[in-house]
Amino acid sequence: MASVILSARGLTRHFGGLKAVDGVDFDLAQGEIHALIGPNGAGKTTFVSLLSGRVPVQSGTIALDGTDITRMAAHARVRAGIAYTFQITSVYARLPVYDNVALAVQSRHRGDPAARTRAALERVGLADRGGQLAGTLSYGHQRLLEVAMGLALEPKVLILDEPTQGLAEGEIATFKALVRSVVPAATVLLIEHNMDVVMDLAHRITVLTFGQRLATGTPDEIRADPQVQQAYLGDTV
Amino acid sequence: MKTLALPLALPLALPLALLALLAAATLLLPPYHEGNLARIMLLATYAMGYNIAFGYTGLLSLGHALFFGAGMYAAGMAAEYGGVPAAPGLALGLLGGGAMALAVGLLALRTSGVSFLIVTMMFAQAGYLTILYNTDVTRGEEGIVLAAALRRIAGFDLAQDDTRYLAAFAIFAVGLIAQALLVRSRFGRVMVAMRENEERSRMLGYSPYRVKLIALVISGLYAGVAGAAYALLFGYMGAGFAAIQNSIAPLLWVLLGGAGTVLGPFLGTAAMFYLTDLAASLTTATLLVTGVALLLLVLFAPKGILGTIRDRWAPWLP
Repeated sequence: MASVILSARGLTRHFGGLKAVDGVDFDLAQGEIHALIGPNGAGKTTFVSLLSGRVPVQSGTIALDGTDITRMAAHARVRAGIAYTFQITSVYARLPVYDNVALAVQSRHRGDPAARTRAALERVGLADRGGQLAGTLSYGHQRLLEVAMGLALEPKVLILDEPTQGLAEGEIATFKALVRSVVPAATVLLIEHNMDVVMDLAHRITVLTFGQRLATGTPDEIRADPQVQQAYLGDTV
Repeated sequence: MKTLALPLALPLALPLALLALLAAATLLLPPYHEGNLARIMLLATYAMGYNIAFGYTGLLSLGHALFFGAGMYAAGMAAEYGGVPAAPGLALGLLGGGAMALAVGLLALRTSGVSFLIVTMMFAQAGYLTILYNTDVTRGEEGIVLAAALRRIAGFDLAQDDTRYLAAFAIFAVGLIAQALLVRSRFGRVMVAMRENEERSRMLGYSPYRVKLIALVISGLYAGVAGAAYALLFGYMGAGFAAIQNSIAPLLWVLLGGAGTVLGPFLGTAAMFYLTDLAASLTTATLLVTGVALLLLVLFAPKGILGTIRDRWAPWLP
């Protein structure tokens, strides 16, 4: 296995009596596309929120590229190389598309963000919409803008929280090509409900249920795993 | 995308045009209006500071009178008791306002929204009461009239109409250009981002606390220098300037002129000043006129004069 870029040990977060994330060990290999799946309420979003720092860790540790970041603030983690794209599209609706991406670029680089901003917009095919207010873009385009912002941060790890939700078939194809182009320069952690996307894109898959890790493996291994079939894939495969 | 990569010329064109107009006004206006405009320019400087915090960064404060008062009393007390001349007095006021904003911000910015509004108001109220409590040195509500000898810069008498106008103009001009450049800068973009979506901005790597603190301190610098200049140019400081009414005032001016617009603070301050002036010649109930004007504003142009113009007709407006 390639070197580990992001690792979690015994990661735990309870909300009252609810064990949202309960002692999860997890390794993300450099350059892979890793999908995180599991039934609704399995703790996927809480888990990546712990990784990105949006929710404080109760116990356990997180290391990025060998450095402990367990107590690092969310904004500092972004600068350290963990980018998070929101499950519910969260672009600056009242700002131009250009400014949305420029904000990500200038978080990373000094000087005029224009050239890098244009490059990021071209990469997701929104180059001709820079002047438009982000809120007036179609839903699919807003998701692409969200990804462009994540890419413009030039992250080591890009976390995508249900990126294809609400996208049309054609848009999903574009999106898959985009995610494939991100690796192996960066590493992608993907929460996704669409099994076709997961099986097609992911190099490895981790399954969460009830806040615990049930299995990790290649798509074929996960498909063949009887525990996983029972817990999750049972009714869809 | 071209419209966004504008050279600096256009964003600066309107502020420069306004400054040219104000420079010309000194030659044309009768002394009464000259005095009014000097006042308006200083109060508009205060309002621009408020606009940087509220209009651009989304910080709804009700404590800015504390920053204005800090500047006013820093300069005024130094002059009255230390004989400090006007030029260093202005610098003291600038720093006084900024330092006060830093101190308040360090604590108050742990809250947001309505809590932030209440906490800033409490701080300002504490400042106001401190001035009243120490009446033996501040003379409280009655205030202190600064002697003309203290109000001189480089041999020019600030009590004289034309020099006073020019001094107010100089401060306003620097403040206006600085504001126009700030909001076009990289940091200006981050301020707006914080206003629009704090959580998103955090996840782009910006510390909300740090960005808001810097914006609040810049805002405090504006309020401080405006307060100091007000004391030195008009020769009076009093506790009333640190009272809650003077925290609400810049909010109203900015709302009227257009929050988050470069010229809105000046326009709002001037409009409210002359509206009150006009009302005073008709009735003693000037607050009623102000109230009606604000009601109309909220009902028909909630984004203020320039905000509405920008939305409807001129999206390029800075």
